[in-house]
Amino acid sequence: MSNRTDLLLSIADDELILGWRNSEWTGIAPFLEEDLAFSSIAQNEIGHARALYELAAVELGTTADELAFDRSPDEYRCAPLVELRRLEWARTIARHWLYETADEIRLAELKASDDPEIAGIAAKMDREEVYHRMHAEMWIDRLLSTDDGRSRLNEAVDELWPCALGVLDDDLRPELRRRAEERLGRGLSEVEAVPRGVHQAELAELWEEMTMVRRSAPPGSQW
Amino acid sequence: MTHVYEVFRQERKGQPFQHAGSVVAPDERFAEIYAREQYGRRQESVALWLVARAAVREIDEFPDEFDLKYRRVDGYSIKARLREARERAGTLDMAPGATDAA
Repeated sequence: MSNRTDLLLSIADDELILGWRNSEWTGIAPFLEEDLAFSSIAQNEIGHARALYELAAVELGTTADELAFDRSPDEYRCAPLVELRRLEWARTIARHWLYETADEIRLAELKASDDPEIAGIAAKMDREEVYHRMHAEMWIDRLLSTDDGRSRLNEAVDELWPCALGVLDDDLRPELRRRAEERLGRGLSEVEAVPRGVHQAELAELWEEMTMVRRSAPPGSQW
Repeated sequence: MTHVYEVFRQERKGQPFQHAGSVVAPDERFAEIYAREQYGRRQESVALWLVARAAVREIDEFPDEFDLKYRRVDGYSIKARLREARERAGTLDMAPGATDAA
């Protein structure tokens, strides 16, 4: 598999799995408006995953659905940050913000790619990600505005920080640290990143649930 | 502490904004995101107006104690009378649709 396809699958898997995790809030988010907004963001992420899988599928001679659902859990290339099941709102928002911040750094690099298809899809994704970032940033402001919110956010960020670093390649990690520290107004610990490919136990559970319906039907079934 | 924001949406450029519904949000920034997701994500709007309900002045009393029916135009054709009045005033060519007639 080419580096290009590997890169496409890494990002596609991040977007698919995060979209899945975020959609776990559908129907049970803290209030109705947030439920709709967060579900909509989840749908966008899955839309991005589909576009990226389609691009990778051309090279691999397969389809987006097969890439999304027919691989085994250990073949996914997503970062551990998106795999974690975090049904607690402060952690969900912390993860959302850390991911969007890392994603912005990654997309900026991809938009400057020599490969016109990669640059094009990155630019397209970024036009939607702008609103995801607006959503994440307003929540961060809100949480930072009270002592209770700040301490919950800090606790969640500290817990997720090694995984957040793992979303990006080595060379981009210092920029994520710089942005996150500046935003939170404090230093973050010097830890080893939990890299891509080291899967959390939660991924296998998610995969079971995500592919259950597809596996129940004969291969090639039309939906 | 939350507030209600009224949302108006415009379906196509040039069309009037119509009331779409409302969102409950802690402040205007949240309201903007929520309105965008609820009334704009399916490309059903080209623009939204977001107004704090507290900023809306509602008027709901219209006394009509003496039943002044002649103030209402139902069942009363005004077109011919309007034309006569315009002819008298010399403003017929300024009337809406006048260029079509000419």
